[in-house]
Amino acid sequence: MRTAVADDKDYRGKVHALSRDIMTDWMTELKDATQTNIPSAYLMISGNCVEILRCFDILPVFPEINALQLAIRKNSLPYIIKSEELGYASDNCAYVKADIGYTMCGGVGEGGNIPKPSLIVCNFVGCNVYIKWFEHCADMMNVPMVMLDIPFVREDRPSKEDVNYVLTQLKELITECEKLTGKKFDIDRLREILKHSARAEQGWTRAKELCKNRPTPFDSYFDSINMMGPINALRGTKEAADFFDQTVEQYEHMVEEGMGAAADEKFRIVVEGPPPYPYYRNFRNLFEAWGAVAVQSTYSTVGGTWEFGFCHDPERPLESIAEQMIVHNLCNRSMLERYKQIKSYVEDYEADALVIHSIKSCRLFSAGQGDMREYFTKELGIPTLMVESDLEDPRYYAEAQMKNRIDAFFESLSYKRIRAGAESEKGKVG
Amino acid sequence: MTSEQIVQHCRDVLELLPREALALAREKHPDIGGFGVFPVYAPLEIIHAAGLMPVGLFGAGDKVEISHADSRFQSFICSIAKSTLELFLRDEMDDFVGAVFSSICDVARNLSSLVQRNTPALYIEYLHLPQNMASAGSLDYTTAEFTRFRTNLASHLEREITDEAIGKSLVLYNKVRSLTRDLYGHRKHKPSSIDASDLYTVVQAGTRMMPEDFIPLLEQLLADMKTRKVHPRDGVKVVIEGSFCEQPPVGLIDVVEAAGCLVKDDDMVVGWRLFHEDIVANGDPVGAMAQAYLTGSVYTSVRHDRDNPRTVGLMNRMKNSGAEAVIFAPAKFCEPALLDYVLFRQKLDEADVPHLKVEFEEKMWTFEASRTELETFAESMLFD
Ligand code: SF4
Ligand code: SF4
Repeated sequence: MRTAVADDKDYRGKVHALSRDIMTDWMTELKDATQTNIPSAYLMISGNCVEILRCFDILPVFPEINALQLAIRKNSLPYIIKSEELGYASDNCAYVKADIGYTMCGGVGEGGNIPKPSLIVCNFVGCNVYIKWFEHCADMMNVPMVMLDIPFVREDRPSKEDVNYVLTQLKELITECEKLTGKKFDIDRLREILKHSARAEQGWTRAKELCKNRPTPFDSYFDSINMMGPINALRGTKEAADFFDQTVEQYEHMVEEGMGAAADEKFRIVVEGPPPYPYYRNFRNLFEAWGAVAVQSTYSTVGGTWEFGFCHDPERPLESIAEQMIVHNLCNRSMLERYKQIKSYVEDYEADALVIHSIKSCRLFSAGQGDMREYFTKELGIPTLMVESDLEDPRYYAEAQMKNRIDAFFESLSYKRIRAGAESEKGKVG
Repeated sequence: MTSEQIVQHCRDVLELLPREALALAREKHPDIGGFGVFPVYAPLEIIHAAGLMPVGLFGAGDKVEISHADSRFQSFICSIAKSTLELFLRDEMDDFVGAVFSSICDVARNLSSLVQRNTPALYIEYLHLPQNMASAGSLDYTTAEFTRFRTNLASHLEREITDEAIGKSLVLYNKVRSLTRDLYGHRKHKPSSIDASDLYTVVQAGTRMMPEDFIPLLEQLLADMKTRKVHPRDGVKVVIEGSFCEQPPVGLIDVVEAAGCLVKDDDMVVGWRLFHEDIVANGDPVGAMAQAYLTGSVYTSVRHDRDNPRTVGLMNRMKNSGAEAVIFAPAKFCEPALLDYVLFRQKLDEADVPHLKVEFEEKMWTFEASRTELETFAESMLFD
């Protein structure tokens, strides 16, 4: 039976359009800020503390989103090449290269689309490249940098000292923000902001949970990007919280109507690793052709793992910000924790297979994924496909090869399914 | 032993696999266990005070063929990660109690997970070394992190690691580090008094010996260096930068010298000689080590220090050693080194300092391309 699905795929359209609208508003603010002196600050996505900036009306700027947008608009290569001329190696993270190249070509500051930041807040949450990237930005643009060193999760739970270290640094950030803006820190305002955060996070959790349904109302890898912008960059605003209410409403409606992300959901997959943004559509098509839909993805949790129950707590504002930065995001957790996360996705969302997209640029994700494949195929018996390209650099995407691998994988899954069906029929007859 | 014999002995030690180096040390210290230390830095004193020999895990060079680790780590991952994993997968580390990794880069972090999963019988520790030296919370945090390691190790061994024992180990490692500093200092003034590759061999071999056995070798070498009559050589005075984790093959350092460079300073094996000066314990050795990590360390590419940028560090290293050029020697695929290269290069260009980048892999055995580049570079400077 074919799944009911809106003909023009407006299910994807509606949430996508809502997301695009609020993200465009923010980007317009960024563009406007290139002409004014309103304070702005660079921040990384993973486990960020955007609420603190918001509390001081500091406009948050995310160079990762800049890099992502350059790639998805198929515009990253010239900037990557520009950076390579400056000395970056072909093996360096291409997010860094695209962003720095863009900055050096005048994309940041007056005349560009992104304001020159007043402050660089390096939330070092997991990825060591973050530190270098922001050091380079600080050096090249001559902007002060604040370091938030977030201890990696290496025990069952963070120690008292881990939390205190982060709290001390958050307070030091607050002092910097006070200096920058001349405003006094207002904890009640932070609480209000965190209420918006929590509402958005609950929406996120609810939306993700809906992917347990058959068919899944949205593709939790490709469509999650519509939710990732609002949850990571706009968290703490009323607009982002409202967006999630509307998103959940839309997806709940789809579930009630039995509408799915795919015209005919044949395979439920979990995807690990970021997508190839320069070929986002092409890559998606390769899965859609097989009726393969992602019911969960690790990439969507780089900013936060809210689906496991965490929410910012307005009653414990700084403490809960610290907890999210340390524990409740994918980047600050070990590979083995990621194995557990994927395993639970496969089990709880009844997935048929795991797809690993290995990213040359991003060693945080990719280093050691061969072991992950080994673990899932050999120890857990979960069919696993591993393909390789890049999230930013179009030179590493080989469509024909990618298609061959994906086709061969789903062909063999289909065959296994047919055989299993035949076996069980035989069993019934016998 | 003469200097030549010491260097030869160190060469022999470097030919050993970690397991064999441990076995050699056990001939003299039958009761010690072994503990792997992945670069760059770990608090060696805590390991030593636990009755273990800290053994530098600098991959396996060309001594082990990579047959298992290649399927775990992709082609774009540095060699040291692969060959280190290979050692564990081949049960080469089974005689060890465990190993410690730290937050130097994304690869090392994932490597530590892979090692943990594939060798569950070993005790694998991961340290998050601070990246903020300037916060009011940095010292308490760092002390707590070293203490966590100490507590975990002690409970794994079911043995107490006392302050007194750590204090004694600190004295030994202080001695190793100060003698190494002296050797480097001496080499700065008289680069011809010891070949760069010999000094490098000795310092790296020290990561596979008990400090109490290594100290007499360093003392002897230093005494010989001081009295040795040498003919000063001419050459381009260089600093080698970028080899803080995966270590270049000794052959490459030979080529640097043969091409006409005099190595005045470098960052090879830097984690084992990290501190500017002796760590004074004052009754709290772990706290003193934490303080030294924050404020007494030399710059490295894996440590962010807002108030002491690495670019300034490199310029000072140049100035203090009287070098006139920089040879960047990053391991292939080493993200921290390759990213740092960009800022270093910019600052050197601004200051008109010549530099050359020569990438390496630990298992490299022919250096023809690098030789030609280095010779051209040195000639262009000598005959400028
Ligand atoms: S290495 Fe990965 S997580 Fe880190 S900055 Fe690059 S893309 Fe982002
Ligand atoms: S060589 Fe570089 S990339 Fe590889 S583990 Fe060492 S620091 Fe990390």
